[in-house]
Amino acid sequence: MKLRPNQSASTHLQVVPQVRGPHEPVLVRGVEISLLKPGKAESQSTFFSRAEARQAPRIPGSFAPALCYPRRVSVTSSPQMQATRRHSALVRVTHWLTVISFLALLVTGGEIVISHPRFYWGETGNSGTTPLFKIPIPASRDTVPSGYNYVMPDQNGWSRYLHFEAAWVLVLTGLVYVIASLLNRHFSRNLLPSPADRNWRAFRNVFAKSLRRAPPDPASNDAYNVVQRTAYVLVIFVLFPLVIWTGLALSPAFDSVLPATVNLLGGRQSARTLHFFVTDLLVLFLIVHVAMIVLAGFWSRTRAMITGRINSSSERP
Amino acid sequence: MSNISRRKLITTGIAATAGVTGLAAADRIARSYGLIPPDGGGIYGPGETLTYAAQRLLTRHSIAREFPRSMISEKPFRNETAPPGEEFKRHQATGFSDWKLSVDGMVAHPTSFSLADLKGLPTHNQITEVACEEGWSYVAEWIGTPLHNVLDAVGVLPQARYVVYFSIEKDWWESIDMADATHPQTFLTMGMNDGELPVGFGAPLRLRVPRQLGYKSVKYITRITATDSLKHFGKGLGSASSEGGYAWYAGI
Repeated sequence: MKLRPNQSASTHLQVVPQVRGPHEPVLVRGVEISLLKPGKAESQSTFFSRAEARQAPRIPGSFAPALCYPRRVSVTSSPQMQATRRHSALVRVTHWLTVISFLALLVTGGEIVISHPRFYWGETGNSGTTPLFKIPIPASRDTVPSGYNYVMPDQNGWSRYLHFEAAWVLVLTGLVYVIASLLNRHFSRNLLPSPADRNWRAFRNVFAKSLRRAPPDPASNDAYNVVQRTAYVLVIFVLFPLVIWTGLALSPAFDSVLPATVNLLGGRQSARTLHFFVTDLLVLFLIVHVAMIVLAGFWSRTRAMITGRINSSSERP
Repeated sequence: MSNISRRKLITTGIAATAGVTGLAAADRIARSYGLIPPDGGGIYGPGETLTYAAQRLLTRHSIAREFPRSMISEKPFRNETAPPGEEFKRHQATGFSDWKLSVDGMVAHPTSFSLADLKGLPTHNQITEVACEEGWSYVAEWIGTPLHNVLDAVGVLPQARYVVYFSIEKDWWESIDMADATHPQTFLTMGMNDGELPVGFGAPLRLRVPRQLGYKSVKYITRITATDSLKHFGKGLGSASSEGGYAWYAGI
Protein backbone atom coordinates (compact mmCIF):
# COMPACT_ATOMS: atom_id res chain seq x y z
CA MET A 1 0.00 0.00 0.00
CA LYS A 2 1.34 3.35 -1.00
CA LEU A 3 0.94 6.57 0.82
CA ARG A 4 -1.21 8.90 -1.16
CA PRO A 5 0.53 12.06 -2.31
CA ASN A 6 -1.28 14.28 0.15
CA GLN A 7 -0.74 11.97 3.08
CA SER A 8 2.77 12.19 4.27
CA ALA A 9 3.86 10.29 7.30
CA SER A 10 3.90 13.50 9.27
CA THR A 11 0.22 14.17 8.68
CA HIS A 12 -0.45 10.83 10.28
CA LEU A 13 1.65 11.54 13.25
CA GLN A 14 -0.34 14.72 13.74
CA VAL A 15 -3.50 12.69 14.00
CA VAL A 16 -2.17 10.49 16.71
CA PRO A 17 -2.44 12.93 19.64
CA GLN A 18 -6.20 13.17 19.02
CA VAL A 19 -6.60 9.59 20.05
CA ARG A 20 -8.36 9.39 23.36
CA GLY A 21 -7.45 6.51 25.54
CA PRO A 22 -5.60 5.61 28.66
CA HIS A 23 -2.46 4.71 26.81
CA GLU A 24 -0.11 7.26 25.46
CA PRO A 25 0.22 6.69 21.76
CA VAL A 26 3.55 5.17 21.12
CA LEU A 27 5.36 6.60 18.23
CA VAL A 28 7.27 3.81 16.71
CA ARG A 29 10.18 4.08 14.45
CA GLY A 30 9.81 3.12 10.87
CA VAL A 31 6.33 4.52 10.45
CA GLU A 32 6.22 3.35 6.87
CA ILE A 33 6.77 -0.23 7.85
CA SER A 34 3.89 -0.17 10.29
CA LEU A 35 1.65 1.39 7.71
CA LEU A 36 2.57 -1.27 5.26
CA LYS A 37 1.50 -4.02 7.62
CA PRO A 38 -1.73 -2.90 9.19
CA GLY A 39 -2.83 -6.47 9.87
CA LYS A 40 0.02 -7.07 12.29
CA ALA A 41 -1.76 -5.49 15.20
CA GLU A 42 -4.86 -7.60 14.78
CA SER A 43 -5.21 -10.79 16.69
CA GLN A 44 -5.28 -13.69 14.31
CA SER A 45 -7.82 -16.42 14.73
CA THR A 46 -7.79 -19.75 13.04
CA PHE A 47 -11.22 -18.92 11.65
CA PHE A 48 -9.63 -16.67 9.12
CA SER A 49 -6.96 -17.73 6.71
CA ARG A 50 -3.78 -15.74 6.55
CA ALA A 51 -4.37 -15.09 2.89
CA GLU A 52 -7.74 -13.55 3.65
CA ALA A 53 -6.33 -11.46 6.47
CA ARG A 54 -3.63 -10.14 4.16
CA GLN A 55 -6.23 -9.04 1.68
CA ALA A 56 -8.49 -7.60 4.32
CA PRO A 57 -9.52 -4.09 3.42
CA ARG A 58 -8.21 -1.38 5.66
CA ILE A 59 -10.80 0.50 7.57
CA PRO A 60 -10.70 4.19 6.64
CA GLY A 61 -9.69 6.33 9.58
CA SER A 62 -7.85 3.58 11.34
CA PHE A 63 -4.56 4.55 9.82
CA ALA A 64 -2.98 6.19 12.83
CA PRO A 65 -4.26 3.92 15.59
CA ALA A 66 -2.82 1.05 13.63
CA LEU A 67 0.48 2.21 15.01
CA CYS A 68 -0.39 1.28 18.54
CA TYR A 69 -3.79 -0.32 18.82
CA PRO A 70 -5.51 -3.26 17.19
CA ARG A 71 -6.80 -2.04 13.88
CA ARG A 72 -10.53 -2.35 14.51
CA VAL A 73 -10.51 -0.29 17.68
CA SER A 74 -12.13 3.03 16.98
CA VAL A 75 -10.43 6.07 18.47
CA THR A 76 -13.11 6.61 21.12
CA SER A 77 -13.56 3.06 22.31
CA SER A 78 -11.78 1.23 25.05
CA PRO A 79 -8.48 -0.17 23.87
CA GLN A 80 -9.07 -3.43 25.76
CA MET A 81 -11.77 -4.39 23.28
CA GLN A 82 -10.28 -6.81 20.88
CA ALA A 83 -12.08 -7.68 17.68
CA THR A 84 -11.25 -11.03 16.21
CA ARG A 85 -12.10 -11.97 12.68
CA ARG A 86 -14.16 -15.07 13.05
CA HIS A 87 -16.19 -15.93 9.94
CA SER A 88 -15.19 -15.33 6.34
CA ALA A 89 -17.65 -13.64 3.98
CA LEU A 90 -18.20 -16.96 2.20
CA VAL A 91 -19.15 -18.71 5.44
CA ARG A 92 -21.48 -15.87 6.44
CA VAL A 93 -23.31 -15.62 3.11
CA THR A 94 -23.69 -19.39 2.68
CA HIS A 95 -24.72 -19.76 6.35
CA TRP A 96 -27.65 -17.35 6.03
CA LEU A 97 -28.71 -18.68 2.62
CA THR A 98 -28.76 -22.13 4.21
CA VAL A 99 -30.81 -20.81 7.14
CA ILE A 100 -33.40 -19.26 4.82
CA SER A 101 -33.67 -22.26 2.50
CA PHE A 102 -33.63 -24.81 5.33
CA LEU A 103 -36.46 -23.05 7.18
CA ALA A 104 -38.45 -22.82 3.93
CA LEU A 105 -37.85 -26.54 3.32
CA LEU A 106 -38.84 -27.37 6.90
CA VAL A 107 -42.12 -25.46 6.84
CA THR A 108 -43.14 -26.64 3.38
CA GLY A 109 -41.98 -30.20 4.09
CA GLY A 110 -44.20 -30.17 7.17
CA GLU A 111 -47.12 -28.98 5.07
CA ILE A 112 -46.53 -31.76 2.54
CA VAL A 113 -46.37 -34.39 5.30
CA ILE A 114 -49.69 -33.15 6.69
CA SER A 115 -51.39 -34.30 3.47
CA HIS A 116 -50.43 -37.88 4.37
CA PRO A 117 -49.00 -38.11 7.91
CA ARG A 118 -48.38 -41.86 7.64
CA PHE A 119 -45.01 -43.48 6.97
CA TYR A 120 -44.23 -46.84 5.41
CA TRP A 121 -41.26 -49.07 4.73
CA GLY A 122 -40.44 -50.64 1.38
CA GLU A 123 -41.52 -49.68 -2.10
CA THR A 124 -45.20 -48.93 -1.67
CA GLY A 125 -47.63 -47.81 1.00
CA ASN A 126 -51.00 -46.09 1.08
CA SER A 127 -54.14 -45.59 3.12
CA GLY A 128 -55.06 -49.22 2.45
CA THR A 129 -51.84 -50.68 3.89
CA THR A 130 -50.37 -50.83 7.39
CA PRO A 131 -48.08 -47.91 8.16
CA LEU A 132 -44.73 -48.20 9.93
CA PHE A 133 -45.93 -45.34 12.13
CA LYS A 134 -48.14 -42.32 11.83
CA ILE A 135 -48.00 -38.82 13.21
CA PRO A 136 -51.06 -38.34 15.39
CA ILE A 137 -52.41 -35.27 13.64
CA PRO A 138 -55.37 -34.69 11.30
CA ALA A 139 -54.48 -34.85 7.61
CA SER A 140 -55.14 -32.18 5.00
CA ARG A 141 -56.79 -34.75 2.71
CA ASP A 142 -60.05 -36.45 3.59
CA THR A 143 -59.03 -39.83 2.12
CA VAL A 144 -56.38 -40.37 4.81
CA PRO A 145 -57.55 -42.36 7.83
CA SER A 146 -56.13 -40.05 10.49
CA GLY A 147 -58.59 -40.90 13.26
CA TYR A 148 -59.83 -37.32 13.38
CA ASN A 149 -63.05 -35.89 12.06
CA TYR A 150 -61.21 -32.82 10.95
CA VAL A 151 -59.43 -32.08 7.70
CA MET A 152 -56.56 -29.60 7.88
CA PRO A 153 -56.31 -26.74 5.40
CA ASP A 154 -54.56 -28.00 2.27
CA GLN A 155 -51.35 -26.08 1.52
CA ASN A 156 -49.68 -28.59 -0.77
CA GLY A 157 -49.56 -26.55 -3.99
CA TRP A 158 -47.38 -23.60 -2.95
CA SER A 159 -45.60 -25.79 -0.40
CA ARG A 160 -44.36 -28.08 -3.14
CA TYR A 161 -43.35 -25.18 -5.41
CA LEU A 162 -41.41 -23.53 -2.56
CA HIS A 163 -39.96 -26.84 -1.32
CA PHE A 164 -38.25 -27.53 -4.63
CA GLU A 165 -37.19 -23.93 -5.19
CA ALA A 166 -35.64 -23.79 -1.70
CA ALA A 167 -34.00 -27.16 -2.38
CA TRP A 168 -32.24 -25.62 -5.39
CA VAL A 169 -31.02 -22.71 -3.25
CA LEU A 170 -29.78 -25.13 -0.59
CA VAL A 171 -28.02 -27.45 -3.02
CA LEU A 172 -26.35 -24.65 -5.01
CA THR A 173 -25.33 -22.85 -1.80
CA GLY A 174 -23.96 -26.10 -0.42
CA LEU A 175 -21.97 -26.74 -3.60
CA VAL A 176 -20.38 -23.28 -3.49
CA TYR A 177 -19.61 -23.67 0.22
CA VAL A 178 -18.12 -27.16 -0.04
CA ILE A 179 -15.99 -26.46 -3.11
CA ALA A 180 -14.70 -23.13 -1.77
CA SER A 181 -14.06 -24.59 1.68
CA LEU A 182 -12.03 -27.42 0.21
CA LEU A 183 -10.03 -24.97 -1.88
CA ASN A 184 -9.33 -22.46 0.91
CA ARG A 185 -8.82 -25.24 3.48
CA HIS A 186 -11.62 -23.96 5.74
CA PHE A 187 -12.59 -27.59 6.38
CA SER A 188 -9.16 -28.89 7.27
CA ARG A 189 -8.27 -25.81 9.30
CA ASN A 190 -11.47 -25.12 11.20
CA LEU A 191 -13.80 -28.10 11.00
CA LEU A 192 -11.90 -31.39 10.89
CA PRO A 193 -10.92 -32.33 14.45
CA SER A 194 -7.16 -32.05 14.80
CA PRO A 195 -5.36 -35.43 14.93
CA ALA A 196 -4.67 -34.99 18.65
CA ASP A 197 -8.40 -34.64 19.29
CA ARG A 198 -9.53 -37.71 17.40
CA ASN A 199 -10.19 -39.79 20.49
CA TRP A 200 -12.83 -40.26 23.15
CA ARG A 201 -10.69 -38.52 25.77
CA ALA A 202 -10.91 -35.26 23.87
CA PHE A 203 -14.67 -35.64 23.61
CA ARG A 204 -14.96 -36.48 27.30
CA ASN A 205 -12.87 -33.46 28.24
CA VAL A 206 -15.23 -31.10 26.43
CA PHE A 207 -18.28 -32.55 28.13
CA ALA A 208 -16.57 -32.78 31.51
CA LYS A 209 -15.53 -29.15 31.35
CA SER A 210 -19.03 -28.14 30.44
CA LEU A 211 -20.53 -30.24 33.26
CA ARG A 212 -18.08 -28.81 35.78
CA ARG A 213 -19.17 -25.39 34.53
CA ALA A 214 -15.54 -24.55 34.03
CA PRO A 215 -14.93 -21.04 32.68
CA PRO A 216 -14.79 -21.11 28.91
CA ASP A 217 -11.42 -21.60 27.37
CA PRO A 218 -10.28 -18.31 25.84
CA ALA A 219 -9.47 -20.39 22.79
CA SER A 220 -13.20 -20.99 22.26
CA ASN A 221 -13.39 -17.61 20.55
CA ASP A 222 -10.77 -18.61 18.08
CA ALA A 223 -11.48 -22.25 17.31
CA TYR A 224 -14.18 -24.85 17.67
CA ASN A 225 -13.66 -27.68 20.11
CA VAL A 226 -13.72 -31.30 19.00
CA VAL A 227 -17.45 -31.79 19.74
CA GLN A 228 -18.41 -28.73 17.72
CA ARG A 229 -16.16 -29.82 14.87
CA THR A 230 -17.61 -33.31 14.84
CA ALA A 231 -21.17 -31.96 14.85
CA TYR A 232 -20.49 -29.62 11.94
CA VAL A 233 -18.68 -32.29 9.94
CA LEU A 234 -21.57 -34.73 10.48
CA VAL A 235 -24.13 -32.13 9.40
CA ILE A 236 -22.17 -31.01 6.34
CA PHE A 237 -20.88 -34.37 5.11
CA VAL A 238 -23.50 -36.84 6.35
CA LEU A 239 -26.90 -35.31 7.12
CA PHE A 240 -27.18 -32.78 4.29
CA PRO A 241 -25.98 -35.26 1.62
CA LEU A 242 -28.44 -37.82 3.04
CA VAL A 243 -31.39 -35.44 3.06
CA ILE A 244 -30.61 -34.44 -0.55
CA TRP A 245 -30.22 -38.07 -1.61
CA THR A 246 -33.45 -39.24 0.07
CA GLY A 247 -35.25 -36.24 -1.41
CA LEU A 248 -33.99 -36.89 -4.93
CA ALA A 249 -35.06 -40.53 -4.53
CA LEU A 250 -38.66 -39.27 -4.35
CA SER A 251 -38.42 -37.88 -7.89
CA PRO A 252 -39.77 -40.51 -10.29
CA ALA A 253 -37.99 -38.84 -13.22
CA PHE A 254 -34.62 -38.71 -11.44
CA ASP A 255 -35.06 -42.37 -10.44
CA SER A 256 -35.65 -43.24 -14.08
CA VAL A 257 -32.11 -42.06 -14.85
CA LEU A 258 -30.45 -43.48 -11.72
CA PRO A 259 -32.69 -46.22 -10.26
CA ALA A 260 -30.07 -46.96 -7.59
CA THR A 261 -30.97 -43.59 -6.01
CA VAL A 262 -34.16 -45.11 -4.65
CA ASN A 263 -33.38 -48.85 -4.83
CA LEU A 264 -30.38 -48.55 -2.48
CA LEU A 265 -32.66 -46.98 0.11
CA GLY A 266 -35.06 -49.92 -0.02
CA GLY A 267 -37.80 -48.37 -2.15
CA ARG A 268 -39.82 -45.23 -2.50
CA GLN A 269 -41.62 -45.36 0.84
CA SER A 270 -38.40 -46.18 2.69
CA ALA A 271 -36.81 -43.15 1.01
CA ARG A 272 -39.70 -40.96 2.14
CA THR A 273 -39.46 -42.26 5.71
CA LEU A 274 -35.66 -41.77 5.75
CA HIS A 275 -36.12 -38.24 4.34
CA PHE A 276 -38.34 -37.57 7.37
CA PHE A 277 -35.87 -39.10 9.87
CA VAL A 278 -32.84 -37.26 8.48
CA THR A 279 -34.86 -34.04 8.63
CA ASP A 280 -35.57 -34.80 12.30
CA LEU A 281 -31.85 -35.13 12.94
CA LEU A 282 -31.21 -31.82 11.19
CA VAL A 283 -33.90 -30.19 13.33
CA LEU A 284 -32.25 -31.68 16.42
CA PHE A 285 -28.96 -30.13 15.30
CA LEU A 286 -30.72 -26.80 14.72
CA ILE A 287 -32.19 -26.83 18.25
CA VAL A 288 -28.86 -27.67 19.91
CA HIS A 289 -27.03 -25.19 17.66
CA VAL A 290 -29.35 -22.33 18.62
CA ALA A 291 -29.30 -23.37 22.30
CA MET A 292 -25.49 -23.28 22.31
CA ILE A 293 -25.52 -19.86 20.68
CA VAL A 294 -27.89 -18.58 23.37
CA LEU A 295 -25.57 -20.01 26.05
CA ALA A 296 -22.47 -18.51 24.45
CA GLY A 297 -24.04 -15.08 24.04
CA PHE A 298 -26.76 -14.85 21.40
CA TRP A 299 -26.06 -11.35 20.08
CA SER A 300 -22.29 -11.58 20.07
CA ARG A 301 -22.39 -14.90 18.15
CA THR A 302 -25.15 -13.78 15.81
CA ARG A 303 -23.38 -10.50 15.17
CA ALA A 304 -20.23 -12.47 14.44
CA MET A 305 -22.10 -14.46 11.78
CA ILE A 306 -23.35 -11.19 10.25
CA THR A 307 -20.32 -8.89 10.51
CA GLY A 308 -17.66 -11.58 10.62
CA ARG A 309 -16.09 -10.20 13.80
CA ILE A 310 -16.39 -11.04 17.44
CA ASN A 311 -15.49 -8.81 20.38
CA SER A 312 -13.62 -10.89 22.90
CA SER A 313 -14.31 -8.58 25.83
CA SER A 314 -18.03 -8.55 25.21
CA GLU A 315 -18.22 -12.28 25.82
CA ARG A 316 -20.09 -13.46 28.81
CA PRO A 317 -17.82 -15.08 31.35
CA MET B 1 -8.54 6.11 -3.88
CA SER B 2 -9.78 7.11 -7.33
CA ASN B 3 -7.66 4.36 -8.85
CA ILE B 4 -9.14 1.67 -6.70
CA SER B 5 -12.73 2.79 -7.04
CA ARG B 6 -12.41 3.13 -10.79
CA ARG B 7 -10.97 -0.34 -11.08
CA LYS B 8 -13.72 -1.61 -8.80
CA LEU B 9 -16.32 0.23 -10.83
CA ILE B 10 -15.03 -1.27 -14.08
CA THR B 11 -14.80 -4.83 -12.76
CA THR B 12 -18.20 -4.56 -11.10
CA GLY B 13 -19.60 -3.17 -14.32
CA ILE B 14 -18.09 -5.95 -16.41
CA ALA B 15 -19.28 -8.58 -13.93
CA ALA B 16 -22.80 -7.14 -13.87
CA THR B 17 -22.95 -6.90 -17.67
CA ALA B 18 -21.61 -10.44 -18.02
CA GLY B 19 -24.15 -11.63 -15.46
CA VAL B 20 -27.10 -9.99 -17.16
CA THR B 21 -25.92 -11.04 -20.63
CA GLY B 22 -25.31 -14.55 -19.35
CA LEU B 23 -28.79 -14.77 -17.86
CA ALA B 24 -30.35 -13.38 -21.04
CA ALA B 25 -28.38 -15.85 -23.16
CA ALA B 26 -29.32 -18.72 -20.83
CA ASP B 27 -32.95 -17.66 -21.07
CA ARG B 28 -32.79 -17.54 -24.90
CA ILE B 29 -31.11 -20.94 -25.13
CA ALA B 30 -33.55 -22.41 -22.60
CA ARG B 31 -36.49 -21.06 -24.59
CA SER B 32 -35.23 -22.32 -27.93
CA TYR B 33 -34.63 -25.79 -26.47
CA GLY B 34 -38.02 -25.78 -24.74
CA LEU B 35 -36.61 -25.81 -21.23
CA ILE B 36 -39.01 -23.25 -19.74
CA PRO B 37 -42.21 -24.75 -18.30
CA PRO B 38 -45.55 -22.97 -18.88
CA ASP B 39 -45.65 -22.11 -15.16
CA GLY B 40 -42.09 -20.73 -15.30
CA GLY B 41 -43.16 -17.23 -14.23
CA GLY B 42 -43.84 -15.78 -10.79
CA ILE B 43 -41.91 -16.26 -7.55
CA TYR B 44 -41.64 -20.02 -7.92
CA GLY B 45 -40.69 -19.72 -11.61
CA PRO B 46 -36.89 -19.89 -11.18
CA GLY B 47 -37.06 -23.09 -9.10
CA GLU B 48 -39.60 -24.66 -11.42
CA THR B 49 -37.55 -23.75 -14.50
CA LEU B 50 -34.36 -25.16 -12.97
CA THR B 51 -36.16 -28.40 -12.12
CA TYR B 52 -37.79 -28.82 -15.52
CA ALA B 53 -34.68 -27.81 -17.49
CA ALA B 54 -32.43 -30.11 -15.45
CA GLN B 55 -34.87 -33.00 -15.82
CA ARG B 56 -35.29 -32.44 -19.55
CA LEU B 57 -31.53 -32.51 -20.07
CA LEU B 58 -31.19 -35.61 -17.86
CA THR B 59 -34.31 -37.65 -18.47
CA ARG B 60 -35.37 -37.25 -22.08
CA HIS B 61 -35.10 -40.96 -22.84
CA SER B 62 -34.79 -42.57 -19.42
CA ILE B 63 -37.13 -45.41 -18.51
CA ALA B 64 -39.20 -45.40 -15.32
CA ARG B 65 -38.48 -48.29 -12.96
CA GLU B 66 -40.48 -51.43 -13.76
CA PHE B 67 -41.14 -54.07 -11.14
CA PRO B 68 -41.49 -57.85 -11.06
CA ARG B 69 -45.03 -59.20 -11.03
CA SER B 70 -44.57 -60.23 -7.39
CA MET B 71 -44.38 -56.58 -6.39
CA ILE B 72 -47.81 -55.63 -7.70
CA SER B 73 -49.66 -54.08 -4.76
CA GLU B 74 -52.43 -56.24 -3.35
CA LYS B 75 -54.27 -53.12 -2.33
CA PRO B 76 -53.88 -50.42 -4.94
CA PHE B 77 -55.28 -47.17 -3.66
CA ARG B 78 -57.19 -44.53 -5.52
CA ASN B 79 -58.25 -41.10 -4.47
CA GLU B 80 -61.94 -40.38 -4.61
CA THR B 81 -62.92 -38.56 -7.73
CA ALA B 82 -65.90 -36.24 -7.94
CA PRO B 83 -69.16 -38.13 -8.56
CA PRO B 84 -69.26 -38.86 -12.30
CA GLY B 85 -71.23 -36.48 -14.45
CA GLU B 86 -74.38 -37.41 -16.43
CA GLU B 87 -72.43 -37.95 -19.62
CA PHE B 88 -70.03 -40.39 -17.96
CA LYS B 89 -72.94 -42.29 -16.36
CA ARG B 90 -74.56 -42.73 -19.80
CA HIS B 91 -71.29 -44.19 -21.16
CA GLN B 92 -70.96 -46.42 -18.12
CA ALA B 93 -74.50 -47.76 -18.66
CA THR B 94 -73.64 -48.84 -22.20
CA GLY B 95 -70.33 -50.40 -21.20
CA PHE B 96 -68.35 -47.55 -22.80
CA SER B 97 -69.24 -48.92 -26.27
CA ASP B 98 -69.64 -45.40 -27.68
CA TRP B 99 -66.56 -43.94 -25.94
CA LYS B 100 -64.52 -41.86 -28.37
CA LEU B 101 -61.03 -40.40 -28.18
CA SER B 102 -60.69 -37.48 -30.55
CA VAL B 103 -57.17 -36.46 -31.55
CA ASP B 104 -56.81 -33.03 -33.12
CA GLY B 105 -54.70 -29.87 -33.21
CA MET B 106 -51.36 -29.92 -35.00
CA VAL B 107 -51.89 -33.26 -36.68
CA ALA B 108 -52.06 -34.22 -40.34
CA HIS B 109 -55.23 -36.32 -39.95
CA PRO B 110 -57.52 -35.41 -37.05
CA THR B 111 -59.11 -38.71 -36.04
CA SER B 112 -61.69 -40.03 -33.61
CA PHE B 113 -60.78 -43.43 -32.12
CA SER B 114 -63.20 -45.89 -30.56
CA LEU B 115 -61.94 -48.13 -27.76
CA ALA B 116 -61.96 -51.00 -30.29
CA ASP B 117 -59.71 -48.93 -32.60
CA LEU B 118 -57.29 -48.32 -29.73
CA LYS B 119 -57.29 -52.00 -28.78
CA GLY B 120 -56.38 -52.74 -32.40
CA LEU B 121 -53.12 -50.81 -32.02
CA PRO B 122 -50.06 -52.66 -30.66
CA THR B 123 -50.70 -53.31 -26.97
CA HIS B 124 -48.05 -53.36 -24.27
CA ASN B 125 -47.95 -53.77 -20.54
CA GLN B 126 -45.79 -52.22 -17.86
CA ILE B 127 -45.57 -52.79 -14.11
CA THR B 128 -44.90 -49.33 -12.73
CA GLU B 129 -45.54 -47.34 -9.59
CA VAL B 130 -48.16 -44.66 -9.18
CA ALA B 131 -46.77 -42.08 -6.76
CA CYS B 132 -49.20 -39.49 -5.47
CA GLU B 133 -48.05 -36.00 -4.60
CA GLU B 134 -49.51 -36.63 -1.12
CA GLY B 135 -46.84 -39.24 -0.45
CA TRP B 136 -48.50 -42.65 -0.92
CA SER B 137 -47.89 -45.08 -3.77
CA TYR B 138 -48.74 -48.46 -5.25
CA VAL B 139 -47.41 -50.71 -7.99
CA ALA B 140 -49.74 -52.05 -10.68
CA GLU B 141 -49.61 -53.57 -14.10
CA TRP B 142 -50.92 -51.21 -16.77
CA ILE B 143 -52.05 -52.50 -20.16
CA GLY B 144 -52.60 -50.26 -23.13
CA THR B 145 -51.11 -48.76 -26.21
CA PRO B 146 -48.22 -46.33 -26.05
CA LEU B 147 -49.45 -42.82 -26.86
CA HIS B 148 -46.87 -42.52 -29.64
CA ASN B 149 -48.77 -45.17 -31.64
CA VAL B 150 -51.79 -42.85 -31.70
CA LEU B 151 -49.64 -39.80 -32.42
CA ASP B 152 -47.96 -41.66 -35.32
CA ALA B 153 -51.35 -42.73 -36.68
CA VAL B 154 -52.63 -39.14 -36.88
CA GLY B 155 -49.31 -37.70 -38.07
CA VAL B 156 -48.29 -35.11 -35.48
CA LEU B 157 -46.73 -32.13 -37.20
CA PRO B 158 -43.07 -31.45 -36.40
CA GLN B 159 -43.81 -28.03 -34.90
CA ALA B 160 -46.02 -29.55 -32.17
CA ARG B 161 -44.32 -29.21 -28.76
CA TYR B 162 -46.99 -30.29 -26.31
CA VAL B 163 -49.83 -32.76 -26.08
CA VAL B 164 -52.85 -31.55 -24.11
CA TYR B 165 -55.28 -34.19 -22.82
CA PHE B 166 -58.77 -33.76 -21.42
CA SER B 167 -60.97 -35.84 -19.15
CA ILE B 168 -64.69 -36.19 -19.78
CA GLU B 169 -65.06 -34.55 -16.36
CA LYS B 170 -65.15 -30.77 -16.40
CA ASP B 171 -61.97 -28.81 -15.59
CA TRP B 172 -59.73 -31.86 -15.60
CA TRP B 173 -56.97 -31.56 -18.14
CA GLU B 174 -53.20 -31.77 -18.28
CA SER B 175 -50.43 -31.45 -20.82
CA ILE B 176 -47.00 -32.97 -21.35
CA ASP B 177 -44.14 -32.06 -23.65
CA MET B 178 -43.24 -34.18 -26.68
CA ALA B 179 -40.42 -35.92 -24.76
CA ASP B 180 -43.02 -37.40 -22.41
CA ALA B 181 -45.74 -37.75 -25.05
CA THR B 182 -43.55 -39.91 -27.32
CA HIS B 183 -41.93 -41.78 -24.39
CA PRO B 184 -42.43 -45.56 -24.72
CA GLN B 185 -43.96 -45.84 -21.24
CA THR B 186 -46.59 -43.13 -21.74
CA PHE B 187 -49.65 -45.32 -22.20
CA LEU B 188 -53.26 -44.90 -23.16
CA THR B 189 -54.27 -47.43 -20.54
CA MET B 190 -57.31 -49.69 -20.88
CA GLY B 191 -56.39 -52.63 -18.61
CA MET B 192 -54.94 -53.09 -15.16
CA ASN B 193 -53.50 -56.13 -13.37
CA ASP B 194 -54.52 -58.65 -16.06
CA GLY B 195 -58.09 -57.36 -16.26
CA GLU B 196 -60.21 -54.46 -17.36
CA LEU B 197 -59.29 -51.07 -15.97
CA PRO B 198 -61.70 -50.38 -13.05
CA VAL B 199 -63.67 -47.13 -13.24
CA GLY B 200 -62.06 -45.93 -10.01
CA PHE B 201 -58.67 -46.19 -11.67
CA GLY B 202 -59.73 -44.35 -14.81
CA ALA B 203 -61.76 -46.67 -17.07
CA PRO B 204 -62.31 -46.72 -19.89
CA LEU B 205 -59.21 -44.72 -20.81
CA ARG B 206 -56.47 -43.28 -18.63
CA LEU B 207 -53.26 -41.65 -19.78
CA ARG B 208 -50.42 -43.07 -17.69
CA VAL B 209 -47.28 -40.92 -17.41
CA PRO B 210 -45.13 -43.08 -15.11
CA ARG B 211 -42.17 -40.70 -14.94
CA GLN B 212 -44.35 -38.07 -13.30
CA LEU B 213 -46.53 -37.98 -10.18
CA GLY B 214 -50.01 -39.43 -10.21
CA TYR B 215 -51.87 -36.22 -10.94
CA LYS B 216 -50.47 -36.17 -14.50
CA SER B 217 -52.19 -39.53 -15.16
CA VAL B 218 -55.64 -38.13 -15.96
CA LYS B 219 -58.65 -40.47 -15.88
CA TYR B 220 -61.51 -40.78 -18.43
CA ILE B 221 -59.65 -39.31 -21.44
CA THR B 222 -61.82 -38.14 -24.36
CA ARG B 223 -59.65 -35.68 -26.23
CA ILE B 224 -56.00 -35.16 -27.12
CA THR B 225 -54.68 -32.03 -28.84
CA ALA B 226 -51.20 -31.44 -30.22
CA THR B 227 -50.05 -27.83 -30.01
CA ASP B 228 -46.96 -25.64 -30.27
CA SER B 229 -48.05 -23.38 -27.39
CA LEU B 230 -50.05 -23.76 -24.20
CA LYS B 231 -50.95 -20.06 -24.10
CA HIS B 232 -54.47 -20.56 -25.39
CA PHE B 233 -55.48 -23.40 -23.10
CA GLY B 234 -57.22 -22.15 -19.99
CA LYS B 235 -55.09 -19.54 -18.28
CA GLY B 236 -52.04 -20.55 -20.25
CA LEU B 237 -50.38 -22.42 -17.40
CA GLY B 238 -50.58 -25.76 -19.19
CA SER B 239 -52.94 -27.72 -16.95
CA ALA B 240 -55.82 -27.59 -14.52
CA SER B 241 -53.40 -28.49 -11.72
CA SER B 242 -51.17 -25.50 -12.48
CA GLU B 243 -54.25 -23.30 -12.34
CA GLY B 244 -54.97 -24.90 -8.97
CA GLY B 245 -51.49 -24.00 -7.73
CA TYR B 246 -49.62 -27.24 -8.51
CA ALA B 247 -46.51 -27.55 -10.63
CA TRP B 248 -47.10 -28.32 -14.30
CA TYR B 249 -44.05 -30.58 -14.44
CA ALA B 250 -44.49 -33.36 -11.90
CA GLY B 251 -41.41 -35.46 -12.55
CA ILE B 252 -39.75 -33.35 -9.81
